[in-house]
Amino acid sequence: MSVVVTLKINDIDVSGQEDETILDVAREHDIYIPTMCHLDGLSSVGACRLCLVEVKGMNRLVTACTVKVAEGMEVYTETERLKKYRRMLVEMLFSEGNHICSVCVVNGRCELQSMAGRVGVQHITLPYYNPLRTLDTTHERFVIDRNRCILCTRCVRVCDEIEGAHTWDLGGRGIESHVVTDLNTFWGDSPTCTGCSKCVHVCPTGALFEKGRSVTEMTKHREFLPYLTMMREKK
Amino acid sequence: MYLPEDELQRIDEEERLLKGQYKHHIHVCLGANCLNAHSAQVLSALETEAKARGLEKVCSVTGGGCRGLCVAGPTVTLEPDNVLYGKVQPNDAGDIIASLGGEPVERLNRPTDNPFFMRQQRIVREMEGRLNPERIEDYIAAGGYKSLLKALNEMTPAEVINEITRSGLRGRGGAGYPTGLKWKTVAKARGEHKYVICNGDEGDPGAFMDRSVMDDFPHRLLEGIIIGAYAVGADRGYLYVRAEYPLSVKRLQLAIRQAQKQNLLGNNIAGTAFNFDLQVRVGAGAYVCGEETALIASIEGKRGQPRPRPPYPAESGLWGYPTLINNVETFANIGAIIRNGSAWYASIGTEKSKGTKVFALTGTVSHSGLIEVPMGTTLREIIFDIGGGIPDGRKFKAAQTGGPGGGCIPEQYLDLSVDFESLASVGSMMGSGGLVIMDDRTCMVNVAKYFLEFCKSESCGKCIPCRVGTAHMFDILDKITKGEATLDDLTLLEELCDTVKHTSLCGLGQSAPNPVLSTLRFFRDEYIAHIVDHVCPAGVCEFEKEAVR
Amino acid sequence: MTTQKARIATIWLDGCSGCHMSFLDIDERLLALAKVADLVYSPLVDHKKFPEDVAVTLVEGSVSSTEDLEKIKHVRAHSKFIVSMGDCAVTGNVPSMRNPLGVDVILRRAYLEEGLENPQIPSLVVPKLLPLVKPVHAVVKVDVYVPGCPPHAETLFYVVSELLAGRLPDLTKMTRFGV
Repeated sequence: MSVVVTLKINDIDVSGQEDETILDVAREHDIYIPTMCHLDGLSSVGACRLCLVEVKGMNRLVTACTVKVAEGMEVYTETERLKKYRRMLVEMLFSEGNHICSVCVVNGRCELQSMAGRVGVQHITLPYYNPLRTLDTTHERFVIDRNRCILCTRCVRVCDEIEGAHTWDLGGRGIESHVVTDLNTFWGDSPTCTGCSKCVHVCPTGALFEKGRSVTEMTKHREFLPYLTMMREKK
Repeated sequence: MYLPEDELQRIDEEERLLKGQYKHHIHVCLGANCLNAHSAQVLSALETEAKARGLEKVCSVTGGGCRGLCVAGPTVTLEPDNVLYGKVQPNDAGDIIASLGGEPVERLNRPTDNPFFMRQQRIVREMEGRLNPERIEDYIAAGGYKSLLKALNEMTPAEVINEITRSGLRGRGGAGYPTGLKWKTVAKARGEHKYVICNGDEGDPGAFMDRSVMDDFPHRLLEGIIIGAYAVGADRGYLYVRAEYPLSVKRLQLAIRQAQKQNLLGNNIAGTAFNFDLQVRVGAGAYVCGEETALIASIEGKRGQPRPRPPYPAESGLWGYPTLINNVETFANIGAIIRNGSAWYASIGTEKSKGTKVFALTGTVSHSGLIEVPMGTTLREIIFDIGGGIPDGRKFKAAQTGGPGGGCIPEQYLDLSVDFESLASVGSMMGSGGLVIMDDRTCMVNVAKYFLEFCKSESCGKCIPCRVGTAHMFDILDKITKGEATLDDLTLLEELCDTVKHTSLCGLGQSAPNPVLSTLRFFRDEYIAHIVDHVCPAGVCEFEKEAVR
Repeated sequence: MTTQKARIATIWLDGCSGCHMSFLDIDERLLALAKVADLVYSPLVDHKKFPEDVAVTLVEGSVSSTEDLEKIKHVRAHSKFIVSMGDCAVTGNVPSMRNPLGVDVILRRAYLEEGLENPQIPSLVVPKLLPLVKPVHAVVKVDVYVPGCPPHAETLFYVVSELLAGRLPDLTKMTRFGV
């Protein structure tokens, strides 16, 4: 039996269970906190930093996706400071890759694209990096275009935690980080990939997509994930 | 019945007997710096020479640890005459052996009655240069492992923790978290197993304090770790050492085998019910693995990336078990605290920062090397008394403390007491103990750029602000040093500093802006000179062309 | 309030002209606009020289060549408000896809490797390409950003009307990158 706690989010009284995160409780109460790397059904890694919130009495900002609620907690999700940081973080994502929305398979359905609108990013003040990144089309059915990858690692996690294949992982470090299949070999040669397409569908951008999809044609289906996790936990 | 005290006593006596046979003891530094200066050849030359003169029964020639005066390596220490020789070459062996019992060899002699040696206080580096790091007997004869037996036989784990708490010891890895409190938290945590990890992933540029402890006093470190394990109730432990320290790895592995042989590690340690298994893990070279959660991931065989805290390792660490993780220097303090008592330890240092701190003193300073001073010693004393001031008649400009995430402290704060709070109050931090001295030929923008380049290339890439932010910051600093930046760029740089500092996941990103912030705070005019006047006041940066924009 | 009509302009840098098409899609409301503003310079009209004292200039396209650079600097100097119209002006968009590769690679591909009869990279008349395609704000100050590829006619009409009415348009809900 978990304990019910009451707390305040943006001065609104809310309640949640002790083992829930701030993000869980906020969503149950229709309080929006932006997220990019988080996905229901996968472990939380706190990497994108968009869900940072202020908690009274804590000197550091905390990620709502990883910090559990506590009795009497006072959380603020929309302070000017947070809004400023979120805009900068989204700008950083755009400046880092080669995000050309107009020619992207998920144009109109992209989480990064809508996040820009949501946090009010209408242009990128940071200089663009224009990195030369690779594209792997060797898989029979799917493509990874690293130009559009924001390194949320949802693909890495879904492949490891749900599919159990661990085909995806990260290579390089810092600004050179990139997702790799197996030991940085071609996806099409992968002996571990089961072709389940989970990675493609959890990908928030057009970095992973099905072959044969043109601009705006790729719709991602993620409904399976929470159910899959729930059913497994029940077992 | 096996009595470990008796065994230690026996080794102690044997050692004394052995040592007593010799009239002279020659210790050749086998620390990494002296080894690089060919001290191993000096050692064998001295052995050959002693034998050639038929003195092998009169004088012992052994390897010893570092004396701190790395600038004078290779160093040789003579006992009991307390003579220190510097810059010794193999062909000096004849003169050294010939002079035994007489006047020291003048050209090699390094006086030890100067502030460099007199102003230091050694706890972590006690007996420096006089213990052969590859012999457990040397350490035992110097009173080693008595603290462990005292803890095991006379104190409960809670008493050990209380003693550490009362001593006021704070973590030496950088953040200065109270060690006793950390131990207590791990002791309270519940788990089928508990782990102790010693963080030996020292990676700050110019820092080699922990390396010297691991190289010179492996047994002192082991003793501290074992006491820690006993206090928190851990049964397994890892010593995480970076791969760049092969000598440390070798000596620690040797020390572990020696300790196991003496029943000071393993099952039923020293005849008690306490079991503790300790292993060395070698890091693969990522700076971020010095961050505790990344270090834990690395031991687990995962990519070395930090994760958000809470939960803290004390609650859920290695493989999810409660884990005590302390830095090398922290553990190296434990034995002395148990032996001499918390009151003794708490009498050293300042009100909030107790004990001593080891610094790697580098840069433009006369006596660069390794020093240990009581907390609260001023920067002026460290740089000008112990360090011998700035060479070549140059002027002091700034001291950089705290590694790549630290800050630059200008001349007006030379009388600042070196302790956790004071350093933080001027925008720097204690860090692990790197202390880089810079003279007036240093360009502060260039210094900030250097550290940002380090952070940028060492960022693991997990969180956006550190991965992308440090890269942008570096680019702007690069533009400034080339005379291509505008005042708008400076504004953007400050905004980036703010975001990266407050939104990064781990200490690496959170502290990466510090070199920029502290140089902006004290040397803003240098930034402006680069941007507006296209001049580098220190004459370091070269501007190839006029700014284009 | 003066009875003098506001002077507005549009220019076309490195873009596909889709934003101008979208602007024309304002349709009959162009007549309403014409009552309060004069279009004093535009690829849609036949003025040879960019005039002085322009109230609002809508800029389509990214800054990709030396000519673009000269133009936009001149326009900035003579416009009160500059609007980055569409993704090319705001982000660099499709023209900027050459940035990771560099100018040489794309020129060679376009002029030398396509099996043309007399392959040569043009060096006369055609303006030189800049090493990097940049959004307008990376070169001159921009007052209003209208992302979209292209922005809807609605959005553009709203932007112009607001600016002419002396208000800064709030576009947070109206448009975004890409769509």
